[in-house]
Amino acid sequence: MTFTHRHLLGIEHLRPEEIVTLLDLADDYVALNKGETKHSEALAGLTQINMFFENSTRTQASFELAGKRLGADVMNMAMQASSITKGETLIDTALTLNAMHPDLLVVRHPHSGAVDLLAQKVNCAVLNAGDGRHEHPTQALLDALTIRRAKGRLHRLNIAICGDIAHSRVARSNIILLGKMENRIRLIGPPTLMPSGIAEFGVEVYDDMARGLEDVDVVMMLRLQRERMDGGFIPSEREYYHRFGLDAAKLSYAKPDAIVMHPGPMNRGVEIDGTLADDINRSVIQDQVEMGVAVRMAAMDLLARNLRDLRGAA
Amino acid sequence: MTDLLLTNAKLIDPEGGTVITGALGISDGRISAVITDDSPLPEARTTVDCGRKHLAPGIVDIGVKVCEPGERHKESFGTAGLAAAAGGVTTMVTRPDTDPAIDNPETLEFVIRRAREAAPVNVLPMAALTKGRQGREMTEIGFLLDAGAVAFTDCDNVVTDTKVFGRALAYARSLGALVLGHPQDPGLSAGAAATSGKFASLRGLPAVSPMAERMGLDRDIAMIEMTGARYHADQITTARALPPLERAKANGFDITAGTSIHHLTLNALDVADYRTFFKIKPPLRDEDDRLAVAEAVQSGLIDVISSMHTPQDEESKRQPFEAAASGAVALETLLPAAMRLHHAGLVDLPALWRALSLNPARRLGLEAGRLRVGAPADLVLFDADAPFVMDRADLRSKSRNTPFDGARMQGKVLATYVAGSRVYERT
Repeated sequence: MTFTHRHLLGIEHLRPEEIVTLLDLADDYVALNKGETKHSEALAGLTQINMFFENSTRTQASFELAGKRLGADVMNMAMQASSITKGETLIDTALTLNAMHPDLLVVRHPHSGAVDLLAQKVNCAVLNAGDGRHEHPTQALLDALTIRRAKGRLHRLNIAICGDIAHSRVARSNIILLGKMENRIRLIGPPTLMPSGIAEFGVEVYDDMARGLEDVDVVMMLRLQRERMDGGFIPSEREYYHRFGLDAAKLSYAKPDAIVMHPGPMNRGVEIDGTLADDINRSVIQDQVEMGVAVRMAAMDLLARNLRDLRGAA
Repeated sequence: MTDLLLTNAKLIDPEGGTVITGALGISDGRISAVITDDSPLPEARTTVDCGRKHLAPGIVDIGVKVCEPGERHKESFGTAGLAAAAGGVTTMVTRPDTDPAIDNPETLEFVIRRAREAAPVNVLPMAALTKGRQGREMTEIGFLLDAGAVAFTDCDNVVTDTKVFGRALAYARSLGALVLGHPQDPGLSAGAAATSGKFASLRGLPAVSPMAERMGLDRDIAMIEMTGARYHADQITTARALPPLERAKANGFDITAGTSIHHLTLNALDVADYRTFFKIKPPLRDEDDRLAVAEAVQSGLIDVISSMHTPQDEESKRQPFEAAASGAVALETLLPAAMRLHHAGLVDLPALWRALSLNPARRLGLEAGRLRVGAPADLVLFDADAPFVMDRADLRSKSRNTPFDGARMQGKVLATYVAGSRVYERT
């Protein structure tokens, strides 16, 4: 098996063949999830703890469902309410949790690198469910699976990522993953929402949707965080929508069969036109949610196998 | 009769810009003879053969944070003093960014008393420029000078209100007081944990453009032109800030500049996977900047190298990178780190000691920093080549937040003398 990691902390650490291994297994789980009995025993007897230091409904639900379908005992911890607000350090929290012998730890944290730090202190498998602006690996993997199933391949595609690249961990993980799989990546957005050093990323940068979307196969829209909408980064919501919101007119510059993606939750009328988001001929946004569960099942399955191998060897 | 004779040493003379083998006589705490030719050695009570190792003026380190008052669990005058002695630092010029800030004569007197009791090396305190380092009202600069403050600074708190800063500079000017600025545009650098660029973006860290330093320096230079103040930039760390610094000096303004040993020997990539011991302020820069700053030290455009010794306890560093405290201890690693510049051929030994000893002493009006008859016998004897692997457990500082943990280094301090007395000897 070509997937040797103990943790899934980011796409940066994965080799292309490991990405393919994971996506292949995820394909199997898509089939399982469509079947009558949506259950396997891959994680039977293992404990999965979801620690979310940042609000999340969708990702947490997706991980929870993935764990339950694989037979794990799943616990959710909403960390804002817990001791972290009482001044306990992240590492102390991790050590406390570690004493409860979890096998899989799913962590989201508002600080970049926090999940890496936590992974150094526990002896279970850690999955990064998003750390600051750093990485969100399962999102990139589910996007990759969605693209592969819609386009029949995951290489030599023109892929546009549009919107708030600077603050987006989804964008970073996708840029890394799609780059590793040898696609041509374009970033489209106002310069205020582009990260520094972008010229060295091996991507093309546009500040104009019409030119940027020309001939693309995949259009990935990013969510614009509400706190960035006014004044600071963009003049206003309506000017942003006018220039960068995806509607049928802008999409017409892309290939006729281009697909539209969004990691959710969407701001309809800010970054994407509501009708377009619901257009089942173009939008694969619902597929992304479905792929999300399958990809997380595959990731946890692979990590659990490695964990069992490691423990068996010890 | 000479009290102490140090023979067979490679004497680093930053004034003459030379390294010559010779002997040094010490009497009554001062250098009484410098012999670099065949002339007979004076009779001495004690003679030490230096074994052809390097003997240089002790380091005058501007910008050391000793965490008294307020955070003595991080560093005290006792531990900082031992660390300084072991690092060849014979004068610590301490920072006022304590808790509370050293912003009134009473606190300053407390610091001076504690330093005298506990530290085996010279301690010269700086005081805050504004009360509480808040940038609103100037401190009692006159009283503080009388009490022994050698310079005034709000450390990394930039005085954003230019009216306040201008008045403080003008007032300090009237008393001949030196002001240390932190050249940084506070708007751009707010919240930054890294220098902007590909690496910071990949790591998802909030970052500051290196331009913020130039903007801060440009502003401060304009303020110096306006007020005629005596000004020292605490840390110049980017290539872009060098041309304005050069112009300001050419224009005859009373300006000098320092840089930190970490910015001279490390770069932004060293942060790697969020290693918080590499989180310093300003953040580590690109390699191009590091090389440009090293070149400026060699040319003399940058006057001073400091340790910017900043103790932090384990707790405040065991955090996600953004949340972790900034700063690194460096009193004991300053000299071996500086040897990296020497061994890499970037900065030669006389130029290093010009920046480590002579210039900081000159800027503060001290007699130290020179190998000259009559100068205080504050000296460091070291082996420039001796290799070792840095282990932070060996540090004398109470806090051990060094980025050099596990690093291969060269340069061991063999002995340190303050006013002719040995305050450290390698065993």
